[in-house]
Amino acid sequence: MTASVVVTGLGITAPNGLGTKDYWSATRVGKSGIGPLTRFDAAPYPAKLAGEIDGFTAEEHLPSRLLPQTDQVTRLSLVAADWALADAGVRPADLPAFDMGVITASSAGGFEFSQHELKSLWSKGGEYVSAYQSFAWFYAVNTGQISIRNGMKGPSGVVVTDQAGGLDAVAQARRQIRKGTSLVVAGAVDALLCSWGWVGLHTSGRLSTADDPGRAYLPFDERAAGHVPGEGGALLILEAADAARARGARVYGEIAGYAATFDGREPGLRKAIELALTDADLAPSDVDVVFADAAAEPELDRIEAETLVEVFGHRGVPVTAPKTMTGRLYAGAAALDLATAFLAMGEGLIPPTVHTDPADHYGLDLVGTEARPAELRTALVLARGHGGFNSAMVVRS
Amino acid sequence: MSQPTFTLDDLKRILLEGSGAPEGGGLDGDAQDVLDTEFSDIGYDSLALLETASRIEREYGIDLDESVIGDATTPRAFIDAVGDHLVAPAA
Repeated sequence: MTASVVVTGLGITAPNGLGTKDYWSATRVGKSGIGPLTRFDAAPYPAKLAGEIDGFTAEEHLPSRLLPQTDQVTRLSLVAADWALADAGVRPADLPAFDMGVITASSAGGFEFSQHELKSLWSKGGEYVSAYQSFAWFYAVNTGQISIRNGMKGPSGVVVTDQAGGLDAVAQARRQIRKGTSLVVAGAVDALLCSWGWVGLHTSGRLSTADDPGRAYLPFDERAAGHVPGEGGALLILEAADAARARGARVYGEIAGYAATFDGREPGLRKAIELALTDADLAPSDVDVVFADAAAEPELDRIEAETLVEVFGHRGVPVTAPKTMTGRLYAGAAALDLATAFLAMGEGLIPPTVHTDPADHYGLDLVGTEARPAELRTALVLARGHGGFNSAMVVRS
Repeated sequence: MSQPTFTLDDLKRILLEGSGAPEGGGLDGDAQDVLDTEFSDIGYDSLALLETASRIEREYGIDLDESVIGDATTPRAFIDAVGDHLVAPAA
């Protein structure tokens, strides 16, 4: 019998809401954070829409010493971690340093910071490059900075598996807790809405080039033609269920099952779902809602829809994609979906999938533009990463 | 031409520009105390000093030995090391 691992804190930074309260009050009513890209002049680029986080002033949340050494993604990560710890009622200074770990996922590291420093390098010379570039660019930087800020010296790391990373990091945190670490800060935030990041994102060939935010990211719709990138994500506080109960913590729910597969001759998504359900000791009929990967790329939508019909039957389970309100946040997306699943179970409300008019032939019971009240005990969160990563996580209230 | 100088105020300005203000106001105390406080106690690590040295080199057009960063563990030692380079510039 392996120890049950539960979530006791959430920290959310999303394009449609900063902080759990703002995010959930926007998400439950279908308020989208997708709009024209404003961080730089996007006119010369095919894709012009993004899910930007507005109103985030790092100076209001972080000490001066951290500002010259951090990219936007690290600032968001640090603040999300602070909020998650506060939400869990945990003061890291009161706990033994080696009993706390940090495991995040990242798709790009600190891109905007790097863009600035590379610009200095090539326009002015190496002596103009910040010493902090040495780590500010790095995939592991969010983990490192959260660890340093909170004095967490237990098992830590970073996972780089694109979108799937948001789940893979939480799964790795669960492993470490089962091995004896008391508490792990886990999840992912991604942010690369700078012109260099934008060029990189275009190479996937999967960005929507639509101008209308209401028609840009339409998973499972006949008009699906790519996604809108966004920034943000979520960090979660994971603890052993016994320990959480002993300290009287409020518990959002349990990380009940997980599996990861890689595409081979056949897509690996179905296997990931089946293995995650087995890990949770649950049957498909136990799942009350699925948070879809929702690529909005016709072939990937077809694979996901067929998989869900194979596992759950024709219109066999409610499916939703609240990321239609934020854009795809890469590793941040799956972590945010996990957090959203806990909020949905807490309220008994499946958040909407906005803008999409689902194609009948997919056979999905896609929750539309209105949220759907439902008794939710168990949710399945799916995430696929570019290149063939599939991850599935089952959570239980 | 006046001799270029490098003072505690110059060091503070460059530390703040490049690495931000330490928590706890470690730079704000009495100048004589600050001069002899270890950088690590003020709230600056080796990377902050590397960044500071790099900015000083750019601003003053000098080359600081790498040993300055490792050996000068207080503002006084750092200022003295920079001062040595200012009075004996590379020709």
